[in-house]
Amino acid sequence: MYNVDRIRKKGNVKNLAVRLANNKSQIASSLARYVILIGIGFVFLYPVLYMVVNSLKSVEDLVDPAIEWLPRSICFDNFSKAFVTLNFGTAFVNSLLASLIPAVLQSFSCAVTGYALARFSIPGKKLWMALMVAVFIIPSQIMLIPRYLMFNQYGMVNTLMPQFLPALFGQGLKSSVFILVYFNFFSTYPKSLDESAYLEGAGRLTVFFKVALPLAVPAHVVSFLFSFVWYWNETTQASLMFGSVIKTLPIKLGSFADSYKSLYAADVSFSSVNEAVSLAGTLLSILPLLIFYLILQKQFVESIEKSGITGE
Amino acid sequence: MKKNKLSMRGKEIAAGYMFLLPWLIGFFVFSLYPIIYSVMLSLNEVHITSTEGVTFTWKGVQYYYEALRVDTSFLTILGESVTFICFATPIILVFSLVIAILLNHEFLGRTFFRVLFFFPVIIMSGSVISELLGSYTLDFSQMSGVVYNFLNSLPGILQKPIFFALNNLVLILWFCGVQILLFLAALQKVGREVYEAAEVDGAGSWEKFWKITLPHIKSMILVNAVYTVMEIANYSNNEVLEKISSHMFEVTRPYSFSAAMSWIYFLVIAMILLVIFLLFGRKGKNDV
Repeated sequence: MYNVDRIRKKGNVKNLAVRLANNKSQIASSLARYVILIGIGFVFLYPVLYMVVNSLKSVEDLVDPAIEWLPRSICFDNFSKAFVTLNFGTAFVNSLLASLIPAVLQSFSCAVTGYALARFSIPGKKLWMALMVAVFIIPSQIMLIPRYLMFNQYGMVNTLMPQFLPALFGQGLKSSVFILVYFNFFSTYPKSLDESAYLEGAGRLTVFFKVALPLAVPAHVVSFLFSFVWYWNETTQASLMFGSVIKTLPIKLGSFADSYKSLYAADVSFSSVNEAVSLAGTLLSILPLLIFYLILQKQFVESIEKSGITGE
Repeated sequence: MKKNKLSMRGKEIAAGYMFLLPWLIGFFVFSLYPIIYSVMLSLNEVHITSTEGVTFTWKGVQYYYEALRVDTSFLTILGESVTFICFATPIILVFSLVIAILLNHEFLGRTFFRVLFFFPVIIMSGSVISELLGSYTLDFSQMSGVVYNFLNSLPGILQKPIFFALNNLVLILWFCGVQILLFLAALQKVGREVYEAAEVDGAGSWEKFWKITLPHIKSMILVNAVYTVMEIANYSNNEVLEKISSHMFEVTRPYSFSAAMSWIYFLVIAMILLVIFLLFGRKGKNDV
């Protein structure tokens, strides 16, 4: 009896020791995780933090090497100047039109295409899918000039049509990615849902609009959010097709120094753009997306998993 | 009965192609035609007259020759771009995988870090990169002497990629956003019980990573590698693309010279992708 008790006690002590050791290694590993993540996170955010701090500095603080992170006085003047230089109101509306509408059009056309490829066994499917991937691999630069000449011929240069039309026909920015997202989604959801609708006498289009589209919310979220952001940030095609007339925020930011000079040329003290103003301009130009992201961050981050983009 | 079946099949095909039609139209008008036209541009001299519109004069591979042999900067820039892709892609993949593994646990602040690491994807436009990353990133040349000297003493093969990574650290990190989430999604599909079974058999973390994690996410490595290469090859501050754009409306050789350079660029990228497929591609199961 006594012996058994002693052994049991010993065992308990041993268990406790093992548990303590486990706990210790767990604490150590989670500490290491935090250190690494915070370290990498700092490098990630460094340019952004730098931008926020320096955009608030006055000229005196900017040239003072003693002041690095904490400005003596907060100077919102930079922002009002940057606001005028960017022509913020107009540029914001332009950006919104040039990204919101293509994002909706692109999501819709990719949904239709993904549905066609996933739900119907049609001859030539493999060929079309291969061509779709091929389009993704060919740099947009190759198609840029011919598309420009084509839109020019139909008088669509300097309108938003070059942004809308390819999106409407599934050839927009990275359309292939979104078609694959929809393809994966429609390949995995149960076919019985469609079939029961057919039995009730619904047509193909009714089934697509009433059954398939409402079910595909996770795919819509991915497709819309990413299209929107990518269209917003796209400048190469936008500046060639309509950039001289319809200026979006990133395009205005690209020519920030020049616009600043022409605006404030008369005033000697502002004759060249200072770092603080140009950083304030950068901050202003990404502000809409930043707010958009902060509101929808959960959808952004979780949408990729939910859409089944990873396949099986 | 048989006839009925056949017509059902015919109906299905018709319906399928009805849904595919918008994409087909778009593909022929906005992709295939421009691609063929671009090949023509690169092989012909283009004249634009008000009476006849655009006319071609056959020049063969002359513009390709000019790009590779006559132009002084194209090859250098192309080389730099390819070097960047070849160095940055593995670094981005490893970084994203490491961050994804770190995030693949329940811990306080997980959501915060996920949101943080994805954040660059949202704001990464060409002009933001040149405003922010051009001049305001961490400067590693002021690193403490010991570390710097240590790095300098490494053999050249190791030294080059390390200095490259440090000099472009933020840009490289900013390219990781989507890849981290893709890896994370793939990691979450690996069942816990597989790891537990391995633990019972006495596998350590190291073995678990190489024997379980890596084989499970192999197809995702392929996807991420292709995505990364395309992302770097197409981002608007890419010097090759800037070079191509700058020659677009050249008076003596409008469009043609640019088109020739874009095709050379495409062939180089295609070769890099081919190598990636050979490295990570699965044989036989190339569904998509």
